[in-house]
Amino acid sequence: MSKVRVLVGTRKGAFILESDGKRQKWDVSGPHFAGWEIYHVKGSHVDPNRLYASQSSGWFGQIIQRSNDGGKTWGPMDNKFVYDGVPGTHQWYDGTPHPWEFKRVWHLEPSLTDADTVYAGVEDAALFRTTDGGTSWHELSGLRGHGSGSRWQPGAGGMGLHTILPDPGDPKRMFIAISAAGAFRTDDGGTTWKPINRGLHSAMLPEPTAEVGHCVHRIAMHRSRPNVLFMQKHWDVMRTDDAGEQWREVSGNLPTDFGFVIDVHAHEPETIYVVPIKSDSEHFPPEGKLRVYRSRSGGNDWEPLTKGLPQSDCYVDVLREAMAIDSLDSCGVYFGTTGGQVYASADAGDSWNPIVRDLPAVLSVEVQTLS
Amino acid sequence: MSQGIIRVVLPAHLRTLAQLGSGEVQLEVTGPVTQRSVLDALEARYPMLQGTIRDHVTQERRAFVRFFACQEDLSHESPDAALPDAVASGTEPFLVVGAIAGGIY
Repeated sequence: MSKVRVLVGTRKGAFILESDGKRQKWDVSGPHFAGWEIYHVKGSHVDPNRLYASQSSGWFGQIIQRSNDGGKTWGPMDNKFVYDGVPGTHQWYDGTPHPWEFKRVWHLEPSLTDADTVYAGVEDAALFRTTDGGTSWHELSGLRGHGSGSRWQPGAGGMGLHTILPDPGDPKRMFIAISAAGAFRTDDGGTTWKPINRGLHSAMLPEPTAEVGHCVHRIAMHRSRPNVLFMQKHWDVMRTDDAGEQWREVSGNLPTDFGFVIDVHAHEPETIYVVPIKSDSEHFPPEGKLRVYRSRSGGNDWEPLTKGLPQSDCYVDVLREAMAIDSLDSCGVYFGTTGGQVYASADAGDSWNPIVRDLPAVLSVEVQTLS
Repeated sequence: MSQGIIRVVLPAHLRTLAQLGSGEVQLEVTGPVTQRSVLDALEARYPMLQGTIRDHVTQERRAFVRFFACQEDLSHESPDAALPDAVASGTEPFLVVGAIAGGIY
């Protein structure tokens, strides 16, 4: 019988939640790496027992952990993330040049084809790769070396590279996103990159349609259609049908188009999910009602999903890494909140239940569907 | 305590990372006993601590890590300055301390 394993990163450790395919009864293990911030935990697509975790702390910096047994045991790997060559500068908040400084790993993206190859998105924004299971990391500096790099500027949460989407149909193509530089694509395995932000409009920029500078919060893709991407931007939910050459807004009837997460149904490429957040100055659900919105038409027409979710006095946030989708026949949807709840739906969002209620603030949620 | 055996006390998170339990670390340091030589010896025995106390590249102390010994704050001393005799003789430990958070988390 199929199983699912949910990997949860929180402000104070990692947790692993496991259930059978019914997804009704859950075993919770953790905290792993208690007391540390766990920005992300993700499993290999090739070997599901191979897990990688980003563990960090303001005191002691970055640790990368690896498990070979599905999270039962872990071991620290290389944590040396050194920018290639002379790092140069990007823009600081006041517009002055600021040296690139490594702070932490925001996102770990295991390769689709090799358990020892993993991409790491870091703050200050850069892309690193290991091809030896985390024993060493090397920067793919063509991204940061793109001509616009010196103009990138951090958002209030830092200048992190948070989204890494390998193209399942083209091993040389990959999409990434940076707050607040925007989205980029490589077509040559990471050697060169191009900004793919045409169609985005950000009123906070002096030039709202600038080539870079957009605060992209998250991008999602369905494996069967890698040219179709969905984006939750700072404001606006966007869509592209040509691998980012042109975006168009699909916010439609959402109560607010601010938010962080976005994801795609496992079996229905036009079914997408977001969690609207009131605004960039009020990071909680509108009206104190926690609602996932689902569109079955690839955007524009959205329906609120509320069954099992708190519909009064709820003022949590759902951060950009904190939604995931399993691939069971009845698609499961998961998300975590800054209030420490992880909610699961075993029926594609029609109804929800909390798996756990009282974790530390949830930073990331991933799910593995295990046979 | 024999000459050259240095006692080091680590904060809880780093003891956990290095799988050290609750005890202090005893290190053999050859040559002058300085912050640098003690930390070099510590990281050689426990490579997973590299980058957690000092920056990988600059080798400077991380901002929220402090070094205490003999009831003195040595954090701002030169990494190549001699540590107190009591540390060098193993009478007193060299303490690596995480700065207090002030209640932020």
